[in-house]
Amino acid sequence: MNNKISIHNLCLSIDRQPILKNVSLNIPTNKITVILGPSGCGKTTLLKSLNRLTDLIPGVQQSGEIMLDGVNILNGNQDLVDIRQKMGLLAQRPYPLPMNIYKNITYGLRISGRRNRQFLDKRVEHYLKMVNLWDEVKDRLKDPASALSIGQQQRLCLARGLAVDPEIILADEPTSSLDPISSKLIEEKFLELKSQYTIVLVTHILRQARRMADYVVFMYLGEVIEQGTPDELFNNPQHPVTKSYLSGQFY
Amino acid sequence: MKHIRLTRYRKWRNVFHQSWMMIALLAMLFIPLVLVAGLIMKSMLLLENHPLFELLFSSDWSPLSSRFGFLPFIVSSLWITILSLLISAPVCLLTAIHLTQYAKRWVLRIMHPVIDILAGIPSVIFGVWGILVIVPFISHQLGPLFGKSVSGYSILAGAFVLSIMIIPFMLNMLIDIIKAVPNELQEASLSLGASKWQTIKFVVVRKALPGIVSSFGLGMSRAFGETIAVLMVVGNVTRIPTGVFQPGYPLPALIANNYGEMLSIPLYDSALMLAALILFLVVLMFNVFSRFLILKAETH
Repeated sequence: MNNKISIHNLCLSIDRQPILKNVSLNIPTNKITVILGPSGCGKTTLLKSLNRLTDLIPGVQQSGEIMLDGVNILNGNQDLVDIRQKMGLLAQRPYPLPMNIYKNITYGLRISGRRNRQFLDKRVEHYLKMVNLWDEVKDRLKDPASALSIGQQQRLCLARGLAVDPEIILADEPTSSLDPISSKLIEEKFLELKSQYTIVLVTHILRQARRMADYVVFMYLGEVIEQGTPDELFNNPQHPVTKSYLSGQFY
Repeated sequence: MKHIRLTRYRKWRNVFHQSWMMIALLAMLFIPLVLVAGLIMKSMLLLENHPLFELLFSSDWSPLSSRFGFLPFIVSSLWITILSLLISAPVCLLTAIHLTQYAKRWVLRIMHPVIDILAGIPSVIFGVWGILVIVPFISHQLGPLFGKSVSGYSILAGAFVLSIMIIPFMLNMLIDIIKAVPNELQEASLSLGASKWQTIKFVVVRKALPGIVSSFGLGMSRAFGETIAVLMVVGNVTRIPTGVFQPGYPLPALIANNYGEMLSIPLYDSALMLAALILFLVVLMFNVFSRFLILKAETH
């Protein structure tokens, strides 16, 4: 298996409080890697360290290696804009930018200097169609994005992330604020997208993990307890913590 | 039996406490109403004798021959207020952005009480400082730089002093407003490849814009009504100022300087009351407009 990202001995602490302890794992190319675990186990922090959003946390300290295509992105001289443009982020709740629908999609393109109107128009249509939002919004592209429903906003955020042409999609419990139908749409989209993108999906929903995963990483209290294919992890867990989590003894 | 008495006692006590709080609230709401009613009643005398248009747009102020043109005072007030906002608004906005986005956490922790202390300095101290520092600076340095020989007591001096006074007031609001922009929104922008500055410019400031505008509005209403510090440095000459180096005579200074002096002339007395009414209405307008913007921002 080809690895897009490999993490070696990643430790992260906030104000000396360890959040991630010696995390090592591989994220395979063009697969859905699911990071599973109870609330507060460090899943989101791990995800955000991949595009170095963890830099924003006051009092943060990181050590170890995160190799993206063979380059360590924790190395100080890396260009953050480059790294971040390679990854689209989908957050727990949709946060549309304070501008209209059209500008939300083209934001990433415009700030990197693409201003050709026709090019932007085409991109907007393409990515809105890709997330099945085009028919719903094509007549009101100039409306503020906040006027959309939560489910539509989340699809807009996905389209916005895809529009900068990333290689990786980071998704942090992307369906946790959505209704079942919108959740299903997002999940189906992910299964479609994985042929072109490497997807990292953080979730605490066991059934979602079973539906989506090509590779599963189980975390508990800041540590990777166990990782493997869904078959290995779900059907034959080795570690007692994994066993009790899978049998629903804690969430 | 004892139990019932206690319960009844408790009930009455409850009613009593609720009602005196209600009375306090009503009194608080009632006082401004009485105030406005008083001002209107007192200024009726002048309004009956002179058309409002003439009062507001004439620049002839000679109370002894019963000519009351408020224009010089209104124009002075507007000049000073707008100029002080032009000076303080960029400073406040940039400082607030720095403190919330760039500075280390401990800097903000220290700055909060510092700003509160600045906001609590009595305005007469700012006035004295203006006379000792700003006025000579304008007279000796800034004026000659523009080829003008001036006393220093001017619109500009008033605006300077005023801007220093409203900076802590607006800065406190701006810090809270900018801090309220969700982190996730910044993360969204950053993860799309925006730089920190682009994120601040296009997302943080854009999101906080209604709040920013309304904090400027509240700062303006504060500036418009400020009396003593401005009065001390502005020169108090009844003439429409045509430049920032000229002296002016804002509305609050007019009232403070003259009230109680010539109450034997009923029309003069009435004119000062009208000045107070105008001041009140303008400040009310600024406030209502700013609150409206905040409300609109919150419902969005």
